[in-house]
Amino acid sequence: MYSDVRFKLNGEEKCYTGDPLRRLLDVLREDYGLTGSKEGCGEGECGACSIVKDGELVTSCIIPIGAVNGCELLTIEGIRDTEKGKCIIDAYAEGGAVQCGFCIPGMVMATYCLLNKNPNPTEDEIRLGISGNICRCTGYDLIVESIRLAAQKGAALWNR
Amino acid sequence: MAATRIGDRIKRVDAVQKARGEAKYVCDLTFPEMQYAYLVRSTVPRGKILNISLPDFPEGYYFISAKDIPAKGKNELWMITKDWRCFAEDYVLYVGETIGLVVGPDRGVLKELKGKIKIDYEEQTPAVTIDDGINCVGGPMFPEKNSNVMCELFCEKGRPMEEVFAEADEVFEETITTPYQEHVHLETNSAIANYEDGKFVFYASAQCPFYIRKSIAGLLDVPYDDIIIRQLTTGGAFGGKEHFPDVLCGALLVAENVIRKPIKMVFDREEDTQFSVKRHPSKCIYKSAIKDGRVIGVQGHIYYNCGAYLSSSYVVLQRGVFHGNGVYTFPNTYLKGEGIGTNTFPTCAFRGFGAPQTLFAIETHMDHIARHLGVDPLEFKMKHLCKQGDETTTNGHIIEEVKLPEMIDVLTKESDYWRKAKEYAPGSGKGIGISLYNHGGAFTGNGEQAIIKAHSLLVKKGGKVTILVGSTEMGQGFKTALRKICAATLGISMDDVDYPDPDTSKVVDSGPTAASRSTMIVGRLVERAALQMKERWNEGDFSVEVEYEHPDGYPWDQATFRGDAYLGYGWGAAIIEVEADKLTNEIKTVGIWTSHEIGKAIDELIVHGQINGGVIQSLGYGAMEKLENRKGYFRQKSMSDYVIPTSMDFPKQFYHIQENPYPWGPYGAKGMGELVFNGASAAFVDAVERALNTKFHSIPIPPEDIEEALKNVQ
Repeated sequence: MYSDVRFKLNGEEKCYTGDPLRRLLDVLREDYGLTGSKEGCGEGECGACSIVKDGELVTSCIIPIGAVNGCELLTIEGIRDTEKGKCIIDAYAEGGAVQCGFCIPGMVMATYCLLNKNPNPTEDEIRLGISGNICRCTGYDLIVESIRLAAQKGAALWNR
Repeated sequence: MAATRIGDRIKRVDAVQKARGEAKYVCDLTFPEMQYAYLVRSTVPRGKILNISLPDFPEGYYFISAKDIPAKGKNELWMITKDWRCFAEDYVLYVGETIGLVVGPDRGVLKELKGKIKIDYEEQTPAVTIDDGINCVGGPMFPEKNSNVMCELFCEKGRPMEEVFAEADEVFEETITTPYQEHVHLETNSAIANYEDGKFVFYASAQCPFYIRKSIAGLLDVPYDDIIIRQLTTGGAFGGKEHFPDVLCGALLVAENVIRKPIKMVFDREEDTQFSVKRHPSKCIYKSAIKDGRVIGVQGHIYYNCGAYLSSSYVVLQRGVFHGNGVYTFPNTYLKGEGIGTNTFPTCAFRGFGAPQTLFAIETHMDHIARHLGVDPLEFKMKHLCKQGDETTTNGHIIEEVKLPEMIDVLTKESDYWRKAKEYAPGSGKGIGISLYNHGGAFTGNGEQAIIKAHSLLVKKGGKVTILVGSTEMGQGFKTALRKICAATLGISMDDVDYPDPDTSKVVDSGPTAASRSTMIVGRLVERAALQMKERWNEGDFSVEVEYEHPDGYPWDQATFRGDAYLGYGWGAAIIEVEADKLTNEIKTVGIWTSHEIGKAIDELIVHGQINGGVIQSLGYGAMEKLENRKGYFRQKSMSDYVIPTSMDFPKQFYHIQENPYPWGPYGAKGMGELVFNGASAAFVDAVERALNTKFHSIPIPPEDIEEALKNVQ
C-alpha cells in the first residue's frame, strides 16, 4: 500500500509516493540523486550514510522512508555550501582528515551535529561525537584534529 | 603561481571534492538502460555440482555462467597463474566460489530469481585450517602431488641448523599463529561493465587497472586493447582490490559479451565480508638456538593458508619468508615457507603482503626468549639489530644505514620506556611493550626489472603538464604526492600538473599500485621524466616517457631466492602502553609512540595520516578483529560482528619520522604504506603480556581470549 510521505529535504518540501518501506538512503540516492551519502554497511554500524534528521544524526540505511513524514532532513548536499558546511570541509582539507573519502560525507554530518550542540568540544567529546562513524584509513587522529580546527576557525558560527 | 616545493604543507588534491560528497565512486555512477548483476555462489565448501535448476527467467533477465564463455575463450583468470576459475563448473572448492551471475534491470526481481536457483551438490569433506591442509583432510587438493602444498620456498644462511642447535646452551621453540583479517575498505567491491565503440569498458574500484585487463582478456580470447579499464574514485583498498576486482570484472565481461548493456555490480557488506579475499592466516614454528645470552640461529617453518586458489599467495609467502628474521642479524638461519591450499576463500594481498605474519611471530618469539632469559625485551632485541653491510637471510646485504638505534632513542625518551619497563611489575595490570620491524620496498629482487618494467609518461601542453600513468589513488594520497614530485621537479605549481584517474587506453603501465612501490618506483620515474622535460621546457608542446632502470651491482636469482631481496627497507619501531582491567580483562591502550624511517616524506601530512591509519589497523589486527572460519564458513558476516576500531578504541598517537634519503627514490623517498602496518600488533601483545604476566601465541586477544590464555597458564 502506497502513501504520501511529506518532508523537508535540504530546505525543500518533498512529497514521496511509493513503497514506504524503502530505505531512506536509497530514496535519497536514487530518487533525489543525492549520492553524497554512502552505503558502507547497510546495518547502521558504519555511519557512512549519516544524515541529520530534525537536528539529530541518524543512519539513513536503517530508516524506512515512511518514518520521515513531517521531518526535516539535511544531507551533505544541503550543508556543503553553507558557512558551517564550508567551515568543516575546509578544516578537513587543511587538517588532512580525508583519505579514501568514502566515510567522509557521513563524518562531516557527524561533525556538523556535534559542533551545533557543542561548539567547543574536548578531544574526548570529539571522539565520542564521531564514534558512530567508522573510518578504515586515517586512524581518526587527523579527523579529530580537523574537527578541533573547525571549532576554532568557525567559533563565531558555532556559538551563534 | 608559486612553484610547489616538497616541504610545502598543502591540501590533498582530492580532499574537498570527497568531503563535499561530489567524488564519484562506482556506486554513484548510473547509465541509461542500466542492468544490475548479482553473483550466484557456492554454498558448500567442497563438492561436486550435480545439478543447477533455474526458475523461469522473464525476458531481459539472464543467468550467465561458464556455458556463456565462447569456445575460443578459457574459463580462467590470470593472476600470477591461471588456476582461479571465473565460474565453477562441475565442482566447487570453497563457500562463495562464483558459479554464475544473474543480470537484469530490476534488483528486486533479480534477488527473487537468485533465491529460486537450486544447486544440488554432492558434498565432500573440506580442508579448512592449515593443519587440515597439511594433513590433506578430505583428500589431497592436488592429487598429482598427493598434497595440499601450493607453493614453497626456503632460504638459508650460515651453517646447518643441526650443528647450531647442538652447540647451543638451550633451544627455545614455540608455535605462533595469526588470523584472517578482512580489509573492510569502506567502499565495497564494485564494478560496471559497458560496451562502448566496440570495446569492453569497465568502471572499477581497483588498485591495478592493467592487472584486470590481463586477467580477464583470455575469457573471450580478445586482445588487451579490446578491454578498457577506467578506475573510478576508490574508497579504500589495502590490497583487497589488487587482484580481486578480476573476479568481478571477469564475470561481468562474460555477461557483457552476451548482453551489451551497462551492467553494474556492487557487493553489499555481507558479501564483501564473507566472499572476498582476506589476509593469510599463518602458523609459524620458530626454533632458536641460544648461547651466552644471544640467539645464534633461528629456524622457522612458516605456513600460510592460501585458500583454494593461488592468487598472489606465492609472492605473499616469499615476502613472509624474507621478513622471517625481522630486523635482526642471526649468524645462522633456515626459513622455510609453505603455502597450504584449503577449501576456503582464497587469501590474497593485504597491506604488508605476508610480512606482518612473520614479523609478529619473530617479535613475539624474541619477547618470549628475552623474558625467559630474564632480560628486558628491548635490551635483548637491540643486541641483535642488523646493520648496514650485514648478510641477509637471502645471502644479500643490508644496503642502507640502519637508523633503528636513533629511532629507539627518540621513542624510549618520549614514552619514558626504560622507567616504565622497570617500574611496572609483571602482572601489575600495567604494561609497556615494543616492537621493531621493517618492510622491503617495491617488488622483491629484480621483479621491477624482470616482471613489471614500469613506465611513466608526462605530456606538456603550454605551461601545463599531465601525468599519464596507471598508478591509482585509493586513499593513500598518491595523486597528491605524485603531482607534488612532478611540480617540484619542474619548478612549477602543483595546480599546473594534472593526474587523471587511470584509463588503460590512455596511460602507460606504471605497474600495480601495490608493494609500497608507487612513491619509490613510480615517483622516481616521474621525477626522471620531469628532469628531462625541464631541460627541454622551452621546446613547446611535447611528451617524455621513461622506463624503469635497475641499479647495477645488486644481483638476485629468482630461481634460488638468493641475493639482494630489497634495495631499500622502511624501518619502524612502536611502543604501546596498556592498562588491563584484571577483573574483565579489558585492555585500555593509554599510549602509542611510533617512529618510521621512510627515506624522506614527500608530504608530511599524508605520511602522518598513513602512519595513524596503519598503526590503528595493526592494533585492530592484534587486539580485536576476529574472523574465524568454521567448517568452511566465516562466522563473522558483517560489520556488527567483525569489529574494527572506532575513534574511541585507541588514543592519539605520537609519531616520529626518521629521514635517511634513499639514493634511488624521488627526493630520497622509499615506500611506507605497508611498513606502518607491520609492527604495532606485536608491541600491543608484548604490553598486554607484561601487564598480565602471561604469554600469548596467537592474535587477536579480545578479553575472552585473554581469559582463555590466563586459564591455560593456571
